[in-house]
Amino acid sequence: MPDDAIQYVAKNMRLDLRLIAEMIPQDARMLDIGCGDGALMAHLAAEKRVDARGIEIDMQAATEAVAQGLAVIHGDADNDLAFYPDGAFDYVVLSRTLQAVERPREVLRQMLRIGRHAIVSFPNFGHWEVRWKLLLGGRMPDTETWTRPWYETPNIHPCTILDFFALAELEGYAIERWLAVDERGLKAPWTRSVRLANLFGQQALFQLRRK
Amino acid sequence: MNANAPFPEVTHQRALLPEGLTLDCGAVIRPLAVAYRSYGTLNAARSNAIMVCHALTGDQYVAERQPVTGKDGWWDAIIGPGKPVDTDRFFVICANVLGGCMGSTGPREEMTDENGVPQGRPWGTDFPVVTIRDMVRAQKKLTDHLGITRLLAVIGGSMGGMQVLEWAATFPEAVFAAAPIACASHHSAQNIAFHEVGRAAIHSDPDWKQGRYWEDGRIPAQGLSVARMVAHITYLSEAALTRKFGRRLQGASALTFLEDVFQVESYLRHQGSTFVRRFDANSYLTITRAMDYFDLAHEHGSVAAAFRNTPTRFFVASFSSDWLFPTGESRALVRALNTAAARVSFIEVTTDKGHDAFLLDEPEFHRALGGFLTGAARDAGL
Repeated sequence: MPDDAIQYVAKNMRLDLRLIAEMIPQDARMLDIGCGDGALMAHLAAEKRVDARGIEIDMQAATEAVAQGLAVIHGDADNDLAFYPDGAFDYVVLSRTLQAVERPREVLRQMLRIGRHAIVSFPNFGHWEVRWKLLLGGRMPDTETWTRPWYETPNIHPCTILDFFALAELEGYAIERWLAVDERGLKAPWTRSVRLANLFGQQALFQLRRK
Repeated sequence: MNANAPFPEVTHQRALLPEGLTLDCGAVIRPLAVAYRSYGTLNAARSNAIMVCHALTGDQYVAERQPVTGKDGWWDAIIGPGKPVDTDRFFVICANVLGGCMGSTGPREEMTDENGVPQGRPWGTDFPVVTIRDMVRAQKKLTDHLGITRLLAVIGGSMGGMQVLEWAATFPEAVFAAAPIACASHHSAQNIAFHEVGRAAIHSDPDWKQGRYWEDGRIPAQGLSVARMVAHITYLSEAALTRKFGRRLQGASALTFLEDVFQVESYLRHQGSTFVRRFDANSYLTITRAMDYFDLAHEHGSVAAAFRNTPTRFFVASFSSDWLFPTGESRALVRALNTAAARVSFIEVTTDKGHDAFLLDEPEFHRALGGFLTGAARDAGL
């Protein structure tokens, strides 16, 4: 992905969303799970004529998105995906949410049932700072990415980049592309080595399809 | 004022459609009168029309003074210049439902035979059984009469929401956007039960006279009033009643059975007594029955089948303290729409105002509805 591809992207959009926006082609049918106020959807609808639908668990954000005229429903990944028909979308996006769902494996299955491609981003629990803090301090890590104490974090299913590769293998998903990025969504040059990416990437971004 | 006298006659604006309407029950209404009001201006392309569907005891006076009661329009909060349903941009139509009592063909209007010959008496309980779909077909006749082939949107709450769903299911090509608010794809057993209490109250009033109360110029005021009191409780929430009245006493110091003891009692009694001055008992029986019969899944096999590959986009909204049409029922509707691959937006508005919240000042709801309509207008090329 050349960097100049993102120059037209709305300046106020989260950087990891810009990366995802690049991965979705013109006129695609897209479902954004955890769409927030719909920034990615609005951008893709305006710039690429994407037929964008969204699910958001936070009522205020969902209301904000609906008030912009976006097709967003209040709902969540664990309970609402089962109701969409097979192959309803070209792309199903789950951004920074996989670690917070009740059944991540089932959510991925549903994503690849209702969509041809799944785009998933999650915070990497294998980052060196996480390992370092746990090794030296013996306490649950508190970093730029993992900010909430263990007793109130919504992130009940953290995983590492290596863990995600293993799950994709287990479930028989083809990894079409992947990259590790830092907290601000900037790409990091570790694509040749999964182990280095797992050590230095704060966030991971995967595009999957069924084999 | 005599509480048992019928409410005053008012001349309503109406379209008289000589071809009439064949109902789901097989009966033919001929001619068909559809009383309606409109606001704003229909554009040259006739593409900016929004149909508003009213609830059980609502009427066509949605955004202006109601001529019988003198009160403001029931959806004045959202319809008007610069409001979420902006009459500077949109041409807003609201029709009195078939079976209603504000000028559309219904039990209170003069009966006609199948050839349209007037019978010199009101329909009364001889008015045929109507369904929500019959009401919608009557509204479709009105929009055809006005030369509108596609509505930009159909919106409504409660029974109005049922009509919205029936519009989208029956005439998908004629509905660009649909906003069913605070409703469900069927009327629940609990809701039918409450309706039956209301009907039983009317039936047990000696002035009802098997529906022939019009013969001696009286109305079953007591029965209709009790029906309204029961129904009114279902429109509120426990929290709203507690907030408004709590256990506050009306003033009676001694223990008594006979007077209003608690404030909430006089409030309900007031609701009942004002209602009978604007609503016809036989209309109440007819329309509550139409709601009870409403069940999209029964009509189409499933709710999803009713909307399979629909071109219509939807905005569904529910209210957190509404126990008459609880959020779960809206969510089930949204899931069925997703199964049908429909484009749908859905929010639940947090409020303690119960079912009535859809009529009240709920800024989040108004903002979301306004945004939905603006987006629809944009995508429809307006």
